[in-house]
Amino acid sequence: MRRWNTEVAIVGAGWSGFRSISPDLSFREMMFEAATKAYSDAGIDPRRDLDGLVTAEEDFHEGVAISDEYVPDQMGAVLKSVHTIAGDGLQALAAGVMQIAAGAGRIVAVESHSKASNVLNLDQITALALDPVYQRPLEAHPIFIAGLEFRRYLEVTGTPIEHVARVVVKNRRNALRNPRAAFPADLTLEDVLHSEPLAEPLTRAMAADPADGCVVFVLARGDVARTLTDRAVWIRGLGWATDSYTLENRDWEGARYLRQAAERAYRQAGIQSPRRAFDLVEVDDTFAYKELQHLEALGLCRPGEAGRWTAEGATEVGGELPVNPSGGCLGEGHLLEASGLARLLEAVLQLRGEAGPRQVPNARTALVASWRGLPTTTGAVAVLSREP
Amino acid sequence: MEPWVYPSIALKQEDFEEGRIRTTRTPLRGEYAWDAGVAVGRFLAELKAGRLVGRRCRVCRRVMVPPRMFCEQCFRPTDTWVLLQDTGTVLTFSVCTVAWDMRRLEVPEVPAVIAIDGASPGMGILHKLGEVGQTNDEILDRVHIGLRVQAVWKPPHQREGAITDILYFRPV
Repeated sequence: MRRWNTEVAIVGAGWSGFRSISPDLSFREMMFEAATKAYSDAGIDPRRDLDGLVTAEEDFHEGVAISDEYVPDQMGAVLKSVHTIAGDGLQALAAGVMQIAAGAGRIVAVESHSKASNVLNLDQITALALDPVYQRPLEAHPIFIAGLEFRRYLEVTGTPIEHVARVVVKNRRNALRNPRAAFPADLTLEDVLHSEPLAEPLTRAMAADPADGCVVFVLARGDVARTLTDRAVWIRGLGWATDSYTLENRDWEGARYLRQAAERAYRQAGIQSPRRAFDLVEVDDTFAYKELQHLEALGLCRPGEAGRWTAEGATEVGGELPVNPSGGCLGEGHLLEASGLARLLEAVLQLRGEAGPRQVPNARTALVASWRGLPTTTGAVAVLSREP
Repeated sequence: MEPWVYPSIALKQEDFEEGRIRTTRTPLRGEYAWDAGVAVGRFLAELKAGRLVGRRCRVCRRVMVPPRMFCEQCFRPTDTWVLLQDTGTVLTFSVCTVAWDMRRLEVPEVPAVIAIDGASPGMGILHKLGEVGQTNDEILDRVHIGLRVQAVWKPPHQREGAITDILYFRPV
């Protein structure tokens, strides 16, 4: 993918949550809170300035068919262009960027939210994503897929399970310094390794718990962004890809979806050696091993190297390359299809120097990578910079 | 060349009944408990008390029902709760002879949008009309756009904070 001719920047960010439950707010009120913050942050009046809205939603998570019809009012987008992506929030970001690049709008909002606490049988809803002929009749909890992939990862890379547990310790501790995080904790390696087994070798502590929350961004065409703010965060590269989905013969090792997505994003951003290109990384860690597998797929280290890297402290805030200073999905909570935007939010705040006690000093470039969750093989990557 | 991508024959009912055609049946179970939040929560609580409430936006001066905490026209928080009447005017209606589960109805249902007195023009709730006849012709004879109606409530001890605390609207 070549570089787009149009520069696009993030000029506003807002959020609501994140919390394990949110009975005080309807999803509409949660979106209104996040949108109000984002528009105020961007200094725009959405009724006057907003050209369009892109949301990422899954009807089965909302419990409403055609749920995208329920979004414009609380986003200030009544009678404007509204598009919904059934996918991760970073894919919605890509759609918003493309609309601006195509000339369909100057200012576009991107939104995604989670009311995971309202889905009483969330695991069974995830199971509905399994093949109805080959897999569903086996009546296995979909978390087994993580167990299958985790085992192959350990086997092929020779990564000790303690290094995977270290990811949990790091991310939950990072969350202690993040007011948005739903699940901050000070755990030991033993706490993680000896927590309840879920799908061996995966333990409960290695799987992110779902949380409620909403994230909204305001995107603007380069010239408009410059008039709105001097804190713009520029989108330098974007990529997304979906691998073959079959459980029977998919690639179990290398997260090829993210490797492919990253190659496209790097090409667009003109990045040749990703290992030295970023000041911080926010990457999907729905399951602890996923952080390691994804770091390797992103080309930030060689296959099998991410575990040792983590054990040596290279991915801590203050290390060689901080990974998930927000606490990731493990620390912030898993926001369903809003998870990618939660990763993006931390990267944006870091690049603006607004990350408070977990600020990575002088952060100028960031890499964001998302995964669409079980049982998918879809990932998306965004390269961000303080400079256009 | 064959006209079809796959060789094709017409299927008969017997093909399914006699097991020549294989299908997979799979139930979809989704269980949800939606957070009502501030606006819907108060609306439901007031229904249980036998009242209808709306929210007023100070800027565009509209009184909105069902209530919402934000004004979608002005994109700002709404300001005050407003107690409304349980009377109103039929904005539009239909005489419906099939139920939601596709059953043929002996006595048709009359879904209607009712503009509620005290709310801004065009602001109403969706409900059913009752006491308006047993047949299509009877109903069309009695119901018209602009018909004045009033809510018929369940007895207080049977109300549960739901839209069904109003049984139906009847002509006044």
